[in-house]
Amino acid sequence: MSVAAAIRARDAAALPGKRDEDWRWTDLRGLIREVPPPSGNAGEVGAGPFDALADEVVVVANGEGVAHIAVEPHRQRTVALRIVSRGDGSHAARVSIDVEADGRLILLESYDGEGGYLGQASLVFSLGVGASVERIVLAADDAEGVTVSQAEVQLAPDAAFAQTVVTGGARRQRLQTIIHHPGGHAALRLDGIYLLEGKRHADLTTVVTHEGLDGVTSQLTKGVVRDQARGVFQGRIVVAEGADKTDARMGHHALILSDRAEVDAKPELEIYADDVSCAHGNTVGALDEHALFYARQRGIPEPEARAMLTEAFVGEVVDRIEHEPARELVRAWVAERLRG
Amino acid sequence: MLSVKDLHAEVDGNEILKGLSLEIPAGEVHAIMGPNGAGKSTLSYVLTGREGYEVTAGSATLDGENLLALEPNERAARGVFLSFQYPLEIPGVPALTFIRTALNAQRKARGEGEISAPEFLKLARAKAAELKIDFDMLKRALNVGFSGGEKKRMEILQMAMLSPRFLILDETDSGLDIDALRIVADGVNALRGPDRAMLVITHYQRLLDYIKPDRVHVLSAGRIVASGGPELALELEREGYDKYARAA
Repeated sequence: MSVAAAIRARDAAALPGKRDEDWRWTDLRGLIREVPPPSGNAGEVGAGPFDALADEVVVVANGEGVAHIAVEPHRQRTVALRIVSRGDGSHAARVSIDVEADGRLILLESYDGEGGYLGQASLVFSLGVGASVERIVLAADDAEGVTVSQAEVQLAPDAAFAQTVVTGGARRQRLQTIIHHPGGHAALRLDGIYLLEGKRHADLTTVVTHEGLDGVTSQLTKGVVRDQARGVFQGRIVVAEGADKTDARMGHHALILSDRAEVDAKPELEIYADDVSCAHGNTVGALDEHALFYARQRGIPEPEARAMLTEAFVGEVVDRIEHEPARELVRAWVAERLRG
Repeated sequence: MLSVKDLHAEVDGNEILKGLSLEIPAGEVHAIMGPNGAGKSTLSYVLTGREGYEVTAGSATLDGENLLALEPNERAARGVFLSFQYPLEIPGVPALTFIRTALNAQRKARGEGEISAPEFLKLARAKAAELKIDFDMLKRALNVGFSGGEKKRMEILQMAMLSPRFLILDETDSGLDIDALRIVADGVNALRGPDRAMLVITHYQRLLDYIKPDRVHVLSAGRIVASGGPELALELEREGYDKYARAA
């Protein structure tokens, strides 16, 4: 049973947990003894982080609201999609996003929550031939909230999908993206940033299946965890039989800034095709003490030197965001979070 | 300016400096030469406050102020600059951003206002031109992918822009060809003046043909075992460190 179905049935036993291979580091079953009652009306939800950058703002609050975003052929839209959770109830939302041939969508998606909610969102993306989507996700959940976001993307030949997920985590949070990649010169960028403190948890899970010739995937995720926070990265790239000449690159790099923080990473490449170029790199470590001393010798005080080096570490992912106003907004959000 | 008295320092419990004493008055350039393992780099790290270098006895003061009680950045703000033997790469931080952050942090610590952006860029352009550094290079992440010689020039550029009072050059000639050495030496010599002092650490005499010292000291087994004028460097070049190794 899916998370959404478990919420709708209020069946805690049906939630995924550590016995499920893909959920073993993000155990919902063990955390939630009883699915809370359905969330009521969210009330006044205030402004969202991307409102000023978008042609249109779409709000889905406590599972209620607009459920469809469409871009017609050759049209371009910039849409702010707000997934809002308020209170201590449970809710599930479903949004479908269709971008037709040669259409372009900039989707500025945000999660904001207040309370001890259990919220789920399913997003179903469908891209036509030559369509392009840049999806930027900014997740600012409550430290007591639980959020599961599950996106499924169907690419088409010559389509482009570029995604950057930026999160501060939650009590438990999973931001998952599943991509069906047909090859045919479709291009995929799949990036992530997690910045976690306190007891927050974030899980960035991606599954990319290359199903045809000539597909490109570029993936870069970076995380910074401190206190007792926990970051999870699961990245799987499957190159199916016949998906020859696939070019797929995955990188995950994390900084652990305290002894009790934790990062669990599982990068996986499964290759069943020939003549492919695939690589992955995974590093987890502390800030470079030599670089830190070098900066301090030049006169930069230690806290500022740490913040500068940490921001620079994450900055590599921020720089890959194409939409400039969103890129600068994310950069400022990251800086504020790291300099706290 | 710098006064070091009977300095003892350990790394990982091993005593490296064993009673080192050194006086460098304002306006002078002193060279420290010595065999590998004598404690040359340890001295530079102790003076700049690197973690893991523990002073167990003795003192080091700059114009009477106890350096050893200060954080590395506080020492920098008081004018202590170390040109690293192996400059660090700082991924993701453009050289200009790094230097500007450092300069403003030092100014703030001294109670001075921040330098304005146009003023800073003008200064950076002028100093880069003097050191024959392509200005576009300063927009790249500091030292990332730079050659050994480029890194050393970038050290001197930082030195020129931060305008320190007490300069430590740790093996600055290593990795430099003769043209780069001349440019670097010109940059260093431009900073010589009555209000500044320099400590030039080197294994070879070559650098001292370009940066002429007032005094030369021989460091062996953690202590200064001989001191003299510039002629001492030539003698070391001719005869090696053997007799000093025995003396220690």
